[in-house]
Amino acid sequence: MKYRGKVVITLKPGVFDPQGATICNALHALSYREVEEVKTGKYLEIILESENCSQAEKRIQEMCDRLLCNSVIESYSYQVEEVKS
Amino acid sequence: MKFGVVVFPGSNCDYDCYYVLSQVLKAETVFIWHEDRSLKDCDCIVLPGGSSYSDYLRAGALARFSPVMEAVQEFAESGGLVIGICNGFQILTEAGILPGAFLPNRGGRFICCPVYLRVENNQTPFTLLFAPGEVIKVPIAHRQGNFFIDSLHQEEVKKRIVFRYCGPQGEIDSCYNPNGSWENVAGIVSGQGNILGLMPHPERAAEKILGSEDGRRVFLSVIKWWEEKKWK
Repeated sequence: MKYRGKVVITLKPGVFDPQGATICNALHALSYREVEEVKTGKYLEIILESENCSQAEKRIQEMCDRLLCNSVIESYSYQVEEVKS
Repeated sequence: MKFGVVVFPGSNCDYDCYYVLSQVLKAETVFIWHEDRSLKDCDCIVLPGGSSYSDYLRAGALARFSPVMEAVQEFAESGGLVIGICNGFQILTEAGILPGAFLPNRGGRFICCPVYLRVENNQTPFTLLFAPGEVIKVPIAHRQGNFFIDSLHQEEVKKRIVFRYCGPQGEIDSCYNPNGSWENVAGIVSGQGNILGLMPHPERAAEKILGSEDGRRVFLSVIKWWEEKKWK
C-alpha cells in the first residue's frame, strides 16, 4: 500500500523566527493591521510504501525524530493518508 | 602530530584549513573524504566551513549522517581532538556531539566581516596560547550563526564558553553581537574539553596579509598541547 505523510515542522515557542517577523512587517505594510504574529515552518510530503497506516505513521515519526526535525528548536506534526492509485 | 580535514560535498573552507595547517604551520595534514570510514590515524580532526549539502533541511543536518561522522563521533567520545568551524560547528550540534542548535542570524542576512572575540577560557587544547580575556580579531561568514541553547542546558553550557563576540576593548554587549547568539557565544567546548565548535574562521586569520594572525594560534595551541600532552 502506498501512503502519503504530510509533515509540518515549526519552530518551538520562543525560538527566534526572523522570516516570520519580516513577513509580519510586510503584511502590516499592506495594511493588514490585524496580523499579530507570523510563524514560518517547513512542509514535507513523503510518499512511502507500507503494510498499513499505523506502520507508515510509525516510520514517519521515526524519520522526524532522526532527521527531519531538530528537537532543540523545532517541533513537528504529521498526518498520514493512503494514496489511491 | 597529524591533522585531518574532512571534506563534505559543499565544504568550501577545506582547502583554506589544509593550506594553513600544511603550508603556513608546516603540520602534517591530510584530507578525509566524507565517505571514508577511517580517520587515517589523525590526531586532530577539522570539520571545515562551507555549506555541506547546500544547507538543505538545516545547516549540518545531512552531513552528520555521512559515513565519516560515525568515526568522528567515536574519536570524539574517546577524547580525540575535534575542531568544528562554522558549518563544522553546525554539524557537531546536529550530531549531538556539542549542545545547542543554530538559527538564522538576527538580522536575517548572511554576514561576512571581521569581528572581535574575547577568549573566555584559555585552559583548553585550542586556546592555551591566548591570554585569559584576550581580545582577538577573526572573521565570520555565515547566515545561520545564531547560537541557541534551551533553558535547561544554559547553566551547563555557560561553563563551556570559549569565545564570545565583543567590542574592540572586550566589551560584551548585544551591540557587538553580530547574529543574536545566546550570551554572545562564538565558540564552546565539550564537557571534556576535547571538542571545539566555533563560528568564526581562524583559518582566515592565520597570516598578516589577511589582516590578522590571531586565528593561527588556535591551531598552534593544538600543536603545542599535543607536544606537551598537558591535557588529560
